[in-house]
Amino acid sequence: MNLFEHPAHELLDLLKAQKTSAQAIFESVFSHLKQSDKNIKAFVRLSHQLPDFGPAVPSRNYPIPIALKDNICVEGQEVTCCSHILEGFKPPYDATVTQKLKKSGALILGNTNMDEFAFGSSTENSYYGPTRNPWDTACVPGGSSGGSAAAVAAHEAVWALGSDTGGSIRQPAAFCGVVGVKPTYGRVSRYGLIAFASSLDQIGPITKDVTDAALLLNIIAGYDERDSTSVNVPVPDYTKALINDAKGLKIGIPKEYFIEGMDPEVKQSILEAIDVLKKKGAAFKEISLPHTEYAVATYYIIATAEASSNLARYDGVQYGLRLQPQETRKSAIVDMYEETRDQGFGPEAKRRIMLGTYSLSSGYYDAYYLRGQKVRTLIKDDFDQAFKNCDAILTPTAPTTAFRIGEKANDPLSMYLSDIYTISANLAGVPAMSLPCGFSKNGLPIGLQIITQSFAEEMMFRIAYTYEQNTDWHKRKVGQK
Amino acid sequence: MTSSIGQKFETVIGLEVHLQLNTKTKIFCGCANLFGAEPNSLTCPVCLGLPGTLPVLNKAALLSAIKVALALNCSVNPRVKFDRKNYYYPDLPKGYQISQYDLPIAEHGFVMIPVPEGTKKINVKRAHLEEDAGKLVHDMVAHSSLVDYNRTGTPLIEIVTEPDLRSSQEAYDYLNILKLTLQYLNVSDCDMEKGSLRCDANISLREKGSTQLGTKTELKNLNSFRAVKASLEFEVHRQEQLLLAGERIVQETRLWNDEKQMTLSMRSKEEAHDYRYFPEPDLVPFTIDQATIEKVRESLPELPAAKFDRLRKQYQLSDYDAGIIIQDQTIADFFEKCTQHSQEIKKICNWIIGPLLQEINSRKTGLAELSLKPQDLTTLIQRVEEGVLSNLSAKEVFALMVETGQTPDAIIKDKGLAQVSDDSALEGIVQSVIGENQSVVEQIKQGKDSAIGFLVGQAMKKSQGKGNPKKFGELIKRRLQDG
Repeated sequence: MNLFEHPAHELLDLLKAQKTSAQAIFESVFSHLKQSDKNIKAFVRLSHQLPDFGPAVPSRNYPIPIALKDNICVEGQEVTCCSHILEGFKPPYDATVTQKLKKSGALILGNTNMDEFAFGSSTENSYYGPTRNPWDTACVPGGSSGGSAAAVAAHEAVWALGSDTGGSIRQPAAFCGVVGVKPTYGRVSRYGLIAFASSLDQIGPITKDVTDAALLLNIIAGYDERDSTSVNVPVPDYTKALINDAKGLKIGIPKEYFIEGMDPEVKQSILEAIDVLKKKGAAFKEISLPHTEYAVATYYIIATAEASSNLARYDGVQYGLRLQPQETRKSAIVDMYEETRDQGFGPEAKRRIMLGTYSLSSGYYDAYYLRGQKVRTLIKDDFDQAFKNCDAILTPTAPTTAFRIGEKANDPLSMYLSDIYTISANLAGVPAMSLPCGFSKNGLPIGLQIITQSFAEEMMFRIAYTYEQNTDWHKRKVGQK
Repeated sequence: MTSSIGQKFETVIGLEVHLQLNTKTKIFCGCANLFGAEPNSLTCPVCLGLPGTLPVLNKAALLSAIKVALALNCSVNPRVKFDRKNYYYPDLPKGYQISQYDLPIAEHGFVMIPVPEGTKKINVKRAHLEEDAGKLVHDMVAHSSLVDYNRTGTPLIEIVTEPDLRSSQEAYDYLNILKLTLQYLNVSDCDMEKGSLRCDANISLREKGSTQLGTKTELKNLNSFRAVKASLEFEVHRQEQLLLAGERIVQETRLWNDEKQMTLSMRSKEEAHDYRYFPEPDLVPFTIDQATIEKVRESLPELPAAKFDRLRKQYQLSDYDAGIIIQDQTIADFFEKCTQHSQEIKKICNWIIGPLLQEINSRKTGLAELSLKPQDLTTLIQRVEEGVLSNLSAKEVFALMVETGQTPDAIIKDKGLAQVSDDSALEGIVQSVIGENQSVVEQIKQGKDSAIGFLVGQAMKKSQGKGNPKKFGELIKRRLQDG
């Protein structure tokens, strides 16, 4: 097996046994990346500064090559959210997660492709063009963290960070056959994550297996005084939760999730996953999340409202794109705003800015935004009630496997529905993860979602690890169908 | 203004005051909160609103706001929540201002102002915390404007009255009392020239007896309290003329032009500005515990109104004297310290209101900058009482005390200013004054006693102010009786 194919915990074992070096790991991954990415297009930019392996550099605890979604700031490195409007923007600061990664010795490879400002579920809404699914390059990798998921699946990175607002880590992880974790809201600092919807966004790991996800979350989690929404709860060692046993655990299956539109192959895989966990001692019961049917609508009201405000700063004044039309239309400043935003944002960004602006407008606020917030509370209550009777909730990550590039590009509503199983966890703030649980007849990966209570990531990891240790899906590699 | 205003219409005014808080750092980042620095030198990624950055509330700004709330007799909302006010302007780097919308930090307060009938309660509707915007600098570069973001993120508290003010004078008085109260709290330097205190006024007229509000105009660009007063007077007249002519008032924003002394319509008021307020998701709402609020309450200084009452009662000061003394907290403190050393309350008061304030004003400085000790002033007063100093010399000594910080006794000794009370030294002067003013002496002898004062004055002149005038008077009288 090539070095670049190993998960990080194996590489760390090899390093410990002095069977490899940080430089060898980096070079293996980096040269594979340069070759493989010609086809996959997971990366939009490589780091302007490659790691130094000279003798003067202190030894690294985790010299693991990692890819960052193009909305996570690295000091001095261009970051654009894959939008034309941020072209050339180089933040003069590291995101808190970037600082933590640098401190841990991780090797930052570059920025990965995403839907513009994370608006999408296929990575097709990128200014730089789509990323291809490594399992079938005619298919999308999912989104919005499609570049990060594809990079890990294609072994172009050992680790990646994505951000998840409504499923943007979990759905591409499912589509690409890798592990993706959306931590509890407030578990990971958002400082330096370019905001989509502030009350929903979380940064999380995308990795080759569950152990790596626990390792990476250990590094990035924690309270940050620069992010008022981060929560001051101690960070446990998540690798201690990796126990291959589900005895005594009660797992809920929400009846509202097994609905029409779910791909039969997806359904079959989930039923099989239930059997695997039953054999390891878990008890399953049907539960109800009664407000599930309102989740997508609620999400698109709250997320777009926050986005419309978060994106107001892209006005051409301080940084990024600035365009001034030849002719004067209104006034110099208004013309600049309009031209810059007209040329700088793609169609999906414009659509969401308009939706959000509308739902916050006077006269509509009560009927849309305020009602959305109320329903959000009901959805949160659904989870609180459910977790009185179970330790975790198990669902598919997405209703289908990866769809073909272009298939849903002109049908935003059907695109929005591909997040139907992932959105509720963001609205409720609870942690959720996706891990591989099978493949379709066409060889496309299927994802299993595990949801637990806020700050109960350890329970989530334990169930995921138990499932993973008793199946082989995570060992299947791109190219060996 | 026109006389009919008192007859047909009633003036209705509400004021909005923006106050910059003098916290060490800005409201949502660690940048220094200072005025007058090199443009854009006091900025960081957070106050510049760079992508990915997040605000963190400065607790000191919150405590200042609570102070203001309590001093204005407001109830403090323990639930602290911020909202976004969305609009585009180049000085607003995030495209929204972090403010408070439906849950201001303070509500339902009041300020008492003096009116001819006594005092009047002006209700404070609300006060809320928000961040200041940057500043546009025009005309430095041709065909473009520059932005200075130093001011961006300066903590502001906006204080809004109910439409309770009935005249420009009431508005003026309210502003003065508000400013004095805020100065006592030491939460702001309240300097309109630097923009740390800004005021907008809403004004409308209605027929007397009506309880409905008329159509209002909003007045901006008011750069001094005098401008507030003048613009309101102008606007009362303008609106009155329109109403008398049967025309309607247009709801609009009008800018005060200080040169022309008139308000002018701001062209095309962005009608129905929709700020799309919604809760700021980057700042989690939290609750201030009652103990914190009580701690702030206990830390409040004695406020001007209370001090005014107490000084009148405790020291029997006149309204006039007390009113002047409380205009400056340090002066009031100085006054009270003086009274610990001397019972001559009225004289202390006169020295403070007279020579001391003159010195402060002419030097354009504050009491704290003068090296004057309360005990030195009372010693000076005592020396005059003892006859050691004439009033005239005392003023000279006082000027030197302020200048050098020396004690009055040291100055008296140094300059040889001690008054001469020794009879033999004064006799000669009295003799020559009487000799030189025979006609006045005649008048006195014929019963015009008041003319003695003239002779005393002459004697003082001759002694170069060193003679004791009382002594001179006695000697002159004795002389004339004898002669």
